[in-house]
Amino acid sequence: MSILIDKNTKVIVQGFTGKEGSFHAEQCLAYGTKIVGGVTPGKGGTTHLGKPVFNTVREAVLATGATVSMVFVPPAFVGDAVLEAADAGIELSVIITEGSPVRDMQRAKAYAVKKGMKTIGPNCPGIITAEECKIGIMPGAIFKKGNIGLISKSGTLTYEGANQVCNEGFGITTAVGIGGDPIIGLSYLQLLPLFEADPETEAIVMIGEIGGDLEIQAAKFIKEHITKPVVAFIAGQTAPKGKRMGHAGAIVSGSAGTAAEKMEALSKAGVHVVKSPAEIGKKIAEVLKKS
Amino acid sequence: MNIHEYQAKEIFKRYNVPTPNGYVAFSVEEAVENAKKLGGSLWVVKAQIHAGGRGLGGGVKLARSLEEVKTLAGQILGMTLVTHQTGPAGKLVQKIYIEEGADIADELYLGVVLDRAREMPVIMASREGGMEIEKVAAESPEKIIKVAVDPFIGFQAFHGRELAYGLGLAQEEISSFIKFAAALYKVYMENDAEMIEINPLVKTKSGSFIALDGKMGFDDNSLFRHPEIEAMRDETEENPIEREASNYGLSYVKLDGNVGCMVNGAGLAMGTMDTINYVGGTPANFLDVGGGANAQTVAKGFEIILKDPNVKSIFVNIFGGIVRCDRIANGILEATKLVDVHVPVVVRLDGTNAKEAAEILKNANIKNIITASDLNDGANKAVACAKGN
Repeated sequence: MSILIDKNTKVIVQGFTGKEGSFHAEQCLAYGTKIVGGVTPGKGGTTHLGKPVFNTVREAVLATGATVSMVFVPPAFVGDAVLEAADAGIELSVIITEGSPVRDMQRAKAYAVKKGMKTIGPNCPGIITAEECKIGIMPGAIFKKGNIGLISKSGTLTYEGANQVCNEGFGITTAVGIGGDPIIGLSYLQLLPLFEADPETEAIVMIGEIGGDLEIQAAKFIKEHITKPVVAFIAGQTAPKGKRMGHAGAIVSGSAGTAAEKMEALSKAGVHVVKSPAEIGKKIAEVLKKS
Repeated sequence: MNIHEYQAKEIFKRYNVPTPNGYVAFSVEEAVENAKKLGGSLWVVKAQIHAGGRGLGGGVKLARSLEEVKTLAGQILGMTLVTHQTGPAGKLVQKIYIEEGADIADELYLGVVLDRAREMPVIMASREGGMEIEKVAAESPEKIIKVAVDPFIGFQAFHGRELAYGLGLAQEEISSFIKFAAALYKVYMENDAEMIEINPLVKTKSGSFIALDGKMGFDDNSLFRHPEIEAMRDETEENPIEREASNYGLSYVKLDGNVGCMVNGAGLAMGTMDTINYVGGTPANFLDVGGGANAQTVAKGFEIILKDPNVKSIFVNIFGGIVRCDRIANGILEATKLVDVHVPVVVRLDGTNAKEAAEILKNANIKNIITASDLNDGANKAVACAKGN
């Protein structure tokens, strides 16, 4: 078992023939992801990486039965691409593109919700079900199959966390990089219950960042609804107040959104909070030995 | 990206958001000329810097004669203004805004920001104008009226009524307030603003509403479609080293410690700083090399980190996803030829092509480069080097 995607998931790539789209689609195919085609307006009817290319998402869905799209289109067009996916009946859109205009994502997300399409990202590494299906840009080799679910705002901390978990002799069910932009798709509140319900997931690693209050909401939710052990790290304890740290989302204003505040809320909710990302793997080992 | 008050007011005017008349000045002479052009007998001389709290810091003064305009302009231009938003170092005032005085009956607050939880813009209004809105929010949140606007329907009259009645405005003031708020929402949406704040929004004795102040910040990701706003960028308001870094695709923030950091990804970069702190050291900076790192960007990264004389060691921590480790390893080798890296460099490369990267570094055999097996090991080694061990 896993959450959201598995070895049977049919995926199309939006922005299939571009440099980034091509490189990562090839990596995903090598990992075993069932990429059944792609969309690049103007290149419909051709083939790329041995898969059919379509002009529109609707054509691609009709021809291939794909339910998931992986989005690599440039920032200026990403809003349109997500709207198109939602309109064509895609069930989950994984938006890798970095630098998306906030207003475009706001509109695209609202329409996706209306159409019942889930989204992940933007500005994220994607989602991976270990040894089955990789939809994103993460180095696949580090994700060994196992019993730990992982949710992370940060891309590289997703890799760091997964790598440590695997080095301790455990593995990953599904790992989701949710992204740190102001408007994001699936977040802790939607993903935690999926991991709680997944019989293979025994514990959850949650990696957050300063800014916003998603981790605080997650803490409340965990206290009330999650029975599986959760290990958490919040990046940015040493970040100065009010300084921008690369992500539009990582802004601390006043007392809201500091690492200290989030760590305290999570601790109070019974989450095993670590102070350094280097402790994630060890903490998982410790927690699972006890239970 | 943030802009100055005078620039925000230029935008307001285009959308019929009422503002007092005024002109920006770069010299005392220009300030007096501007006051003459405006006419009247009351002017406001306002420091133009990218920070709030200018009035309390002494950067906003009333002048009742042209002579007084001259004196105040001379005082404010060139002063280092310290406010609660500038930090203790303050900001040098290089331009001032000369504005006509207003007959103030009441001071309100009006702002538009993105509400991340509701995922739509929210208009905030309060009777507590002229005060620090963060304070009002913390101490008496009930005094701030918040109305979220779903962009699918846009700003409607009922949104305006909720705000106006919430503020307790008089019946005859309602319609002009709604017009004002509608125009401001349009400014927000059409310019891809991240934040607009008018504090104070003034109700004049004649019962009309005027934006006495104006702050605007924009979504950096949307600037590509607003060249006229990009043109308003004031580089003197930005930290020169941070700006230089961003020209090379690097995101850099200087801190006070002595362990320099070069990391890929904002989250891991913050996590690396946290780990250095956790093992007993102090990070000298935040530096995210991003997804497209190569020899030039790595060299630039070293150069920028080493501008800080406090730096005693550098920790390069890369977990390759998009970034391939072999490319970073070659980048590090190239960089050491381009830049004199005179402090020990601890390198931890993991992820895509990490094995090839380790080979490259090993074969190069450079004495200043120390390899680390994981994050903890790297942080410990870098901290030890910084302490001279």
